[in-house]
Amino acid sequence: MSKPANPVDHYENQIDSAYDHNPNDAHHAGDHHDEGPKVTLGFWIYLMSDCILFASIFAGYAVLKDATAGGPNGRELFDLNYVAIETALLLISSLTYGMAMISMEANKLKGVIGWLAMTALCGLGFMGMEIYEFAHLIHEGAGPDRSAFLSAFFTLVGTHGLHVTSGLIWMGAMFVHLFKRGLTPANRIRMMTLSLFWHFLDIIWIGVFTIVYLMGAA
Amino acid sequence: MSTPNTAKPKTPKALHTKPVDIDQSHAEVAHNDAHHDTAGHGTVKSYLIGFILSVILTAIPFGLTMAHMLPASSLIPVVVAIGVVQILVHLYFFLHMNTSSSQMWNNAAFVFTVLIVGILIVGSLWVMYHLNTNMMPGMMPVE
Repeated sequence: MSKPANPVDHYENQIDSAYDHNPNDAHHAGDHHDEGPKVTLGFWIYLMSDCILFASIFAGYAVLKDATAGGPNGRELFDLNYVAIETALLLISSLTYGMAMISMEANKLKGVIGWLAMTALCGLGFMGMEIYEFAHLIHEGAGPDRSAFLSAFFTLVGTHGLHVTSGLIWMGAMFVHLFKRGLTPANRIRMMTLSLFWHFLDIIWIGVFTIVYLMGAA
Repeated sequence: MSTPNTAKPKTPKALHTKPVDIDQSHAEVAHNDAHHDTAGHGTVKSYLIGFILSVILTAIPFGLTMAHMLPASSLIPVVVAIGVVQILVHLYFFLHMNTSSSQMWNNAAFVFTVLIVGILIVGSLWVMYHLNTNMMPGMMPVE
């Protein structure tokens, strides 16, 4: 029992002390090295590279969108009411995540967990709708193997969906972190980077509904 | 079975980290410092403004497309333009991009990415359009 609690706690303490200032380092107060901005900049650069990944897939879709090989085109397949609800879910989840960040600024752990739970519910609803849409299309014979247009469609929308799923898994991990340790410096940085990730996915979705669904149905 | 960690009472206090427990005031200072540096925190008001603008900027293109009032040739530029505006709204209100000096590297990375994305998408469309029109005479339109 005299051992340090467990490896995870040991690791967490190391992260927290890395992100936090050492109180004895008073003489460094002028040029303190806060890890937060560095981490968010690094994560931002990851997001920018992800942006280029999506740009490649968008370019592929834009080139192939008319290559329907005699199969159904976007106007016949897309239900804009359905897409509008998906869009609303993502947009609301962006707002609820923003509220979670505000609760974090106010040091309200319960608020953070509550708003984060709302965000995760919206994200789950979005993924449920997207999986249903994909299953419906495949059932109708409009699967990714039907035409180059549908391959590009499933790749683009599916890649966005995979990112949203990753965000949901990250939120699951975030709940564990928050329940276990509260609003530690390390958890604040995690919440900040997850915020960037989640809002970034909403921006990608703007591109998806504009270029795929609205231009497809125009 | 009861490790030191799980044996902790589940009070709000226990949810705080060790550094906070040891030195609450110090953690506060660290937290406030983080404020200046990340320079990216909204208020309830700014999130609500961003949300309402986004709802409007989403509803307009969906409404225009569903109503079929405009021909595709004029609808598509309108829908794309509104999409770009909505992306800018999200970047400003949700991702808190701004021109402060602390954000310089974020902005530099962003500008570079916009350039690459532009070359990728415009370049692909341009090349493939000319490939289709010049290299496959008599085979257009592709069925």
